[in-house]
Amino acid sequence: MNVEIAAMQVFSGISLFTILVLMALGLSIVFGLMGVINMAHGEVMALGAYVTYYTARFFGAYLPSLMGAYVFFGIALAFLVTFAFGYLLERSFIRFLYARPLDTLLATWGLSLVLQQAYRSGFGAQEVSVPMTSWLTGAWEPIAGIQLPLNRLFIIWLTLLVSGGVYLILYRTRWGLRIRAVTQNRAMSGAVGIDTGRVDAMSFALGCGLAGIAGSAFTMIGSTNPLTGQLYIVDAFIVVVFGGVQSLLGTFASGFVIASSQSFLEFLLSGSMAKVSILLAVITVLYFRPTGLFTSKVRQ
Amino acid sequence: MARMNRRRFLITGGKLAAAGALTYSGLSPRIGRAADTVKVGILHSLSGTIAIAEAAIVDAERLAIDEINAQGGVLGRRIEPIIEDGASDWPTFAEKARKLLVRDKVAVVFGCYTSASRKSVLPVFEQNKGLLYYPTYYEGQEISKNCIYTAQEATQSVIAAIEWLAANKGKSFFLVGSDYIYPRTCNKIAKPTIARVGGRTLGEEYAPLGHTEFSSIINKIKAAKPDCIYSTVVGGSNVAFYKQLNAAGLSGAKQTLLSTVVSENEIDGIGRDNAVGYYACMGYFQSQKSATNDRFVKAIKAKYGQERVVGDPMECGYTGVHFWRLAAEKAKSFAVEKVVAASSNLELDAPEGKIKLHASNHHTWKHARIGVARADGQFDIVHESPLIEPNPYPKL
Repeated sequence: MNVEIAAMQVFSGISLFTILVLMALGLSIVFGLMGVINMAHGEVMALGAYVTYYTARFFGAYLPSLMGAYVFFGIALAFLVTFAFGYLLERSFIRFLYARPLDTLLATWGLSLVLQQAYRSGFGAQEVSVPMTSWLTGAWEPIAGIQLPLNRLFIIWLTLLVSGGVYLILYRTRWGLRIRAVTQNRAMSGAVGIDTGRVDAMSFALGCGLAGIAGSAFTMIGSTNPLTGQLYIVDAFIVVVFGGVQSLLGTFASGFVIASSQSFLEFLLSGSMAKVSILLAVITVLYFRPTGLFTSKVRQ
Repeated sequence: MARMNRRRFLITGGKLAAAGALTYSGLSPRIGRAADTVKVGILHSLSGTIAIAEAAIVDAERLAIDEINAQGGVLGRRIEPIIEDGASDWPTFAEKARKLLVRDKVAVVFGCYTSASRKSVLPVFEQNKGLLYYPTYYEGQEISKNCIYTAQEATQSVIAAIEWLAANKGKSFFLVGSDYIYPRTCNKIAKPTIARVGGRTLGEEYAPLGHTEFSSIINKIKAAKPDCIYSTVVGGSNVAFYKQLNAAGLSGAKQTLLSTVVSENEIDGIGRDNAVGYYACMGYFQSQKSATNDRFVKAIKAKYGQERVVGDPMECGYTGVHFWRLAAEKAKSFAVEKVVAASSNLELDAPEGKIKLHASNHHTWKHARIGVARADGQFDIVHESPLIEPNPYPKL
């Protein structure tokens, strides 16, 4: 293996890391902070992907001169639509199930099946192709022989931006303070006058909005069909659980560990064997540390 | 009032049902027509994961049935299709197959796409002496007396593809596939073929089904610098694979890649820009020039919309219905064993050209065609083999 290939392999590890983080951030908020096991999270991602697809179609038909900028509109719209969808979903459905985690799991799984069939009936069963903006196609070649795909660089940049945003919201705003307060002690937060119901709805909506952004970004590297969400949901859950529920830092750490070992193992072994090794490692770690890599120090 | 106990309930229920049946048969206008129609089953997934591929095959099979009915049916009887949804679930396929054979007593079933669904219905067909026409290219390793295979088995496309690549594009190969039986069997056929034509296999990689991260595999390909990539990546993974190859600078213009699973139907999802310049090996391409094919493509577009494209499995589904009609008319009977006997060496002028069923192994003599993807999502055919004998149990 020569130096160029090694460099590109390191880059694909970093790229996979950002993809996993983008995938898991929303789930980390919904599952980690709120304790809701949302099996329909992947379908929310697929919704974001479809919004991006229709935005691209719209720009292609009516504003071809702005086609280069459609990605930004696509991502923003995907966020808005999935945010609104998440808000409605929480108010009309999820909030009645808070005390019953297993029922939530079943109900949201059912919801994911309903959404899949709805996409199939509404958007068609065939894969749709989201066109790539011209300035994101191809690769950046810093040194001859090392090609870094532009779309992956874009996703790395987007993940940094989104993570920064989430950090600011959670740790630098009053809203974030309320979310953290409700996470730590719901009854006491209610007692001091925080509208916990509203906080729940907004956090869930934020989690879904982040899933929408992820879905939108993944149209650049993956496929978009009614089942797209299923491809990502398992990995997202593994990252969140492995990192330690209730810990955003844990999500980052576990994303990094999983991504770097996966791309390293994939190069040495086959793709399937790499996946098997990662799953075995995750199981072993969770056996000895059932709460994951990082646990928040909260009195239970 | 006497309480309704279970026994009484059953008796009453039975009487009601019997009365209902009598009324129904007494009044039903269908009885008078029964002799004029012949029931056939169509069994594909209309919902679930595989609906992506199978829904289009149902359309093609219904078109064939309509055409035959417009010409007066088979042996003077109109075909009455009964469409069942296998829902991408293998036990459901078996259950629906039993329903079609036992309750509806269909003369024949056109159906299945994945090998898993076919394997789950075949025992039902063998037990109930049914007949299945199977329209998808598959890995071979099977001959059932209750099944006619109208698409390519693996040797019919893989060997032709490798020989053509070695002669025209170079002799070092990298094999990439999804991790399940079809790609593994294809590569088992590909490797000795590569050795036979004097080539080298530089690498063989499998990605889990549904995988969307191909950067490591692409780096391995870049390190190996093969003349040709032979791909058996399927489904949504293909979209990711083609997009990432392009992003990594291995576009169709720079790197030869041939797939035996990407037909016109998959190209739209992959994105025409991403697929341009890559090769595919199939039994049929929509762009073939012949009067029969023009008529077929025109009929599909007229019935289902101008934007529709036609891929190999659709054509094989359509061909299957016509093969069955020819066999039934030759046998002058709908009885399964007579239809199967009449199918031996049966010739048909199909959209893909003149093809014929094998004398004994239930598969089809077919041409292998190699096409290169154009910007409009169609293929330019660059090679066409003579008819290739099906050989589902190759000696490797």
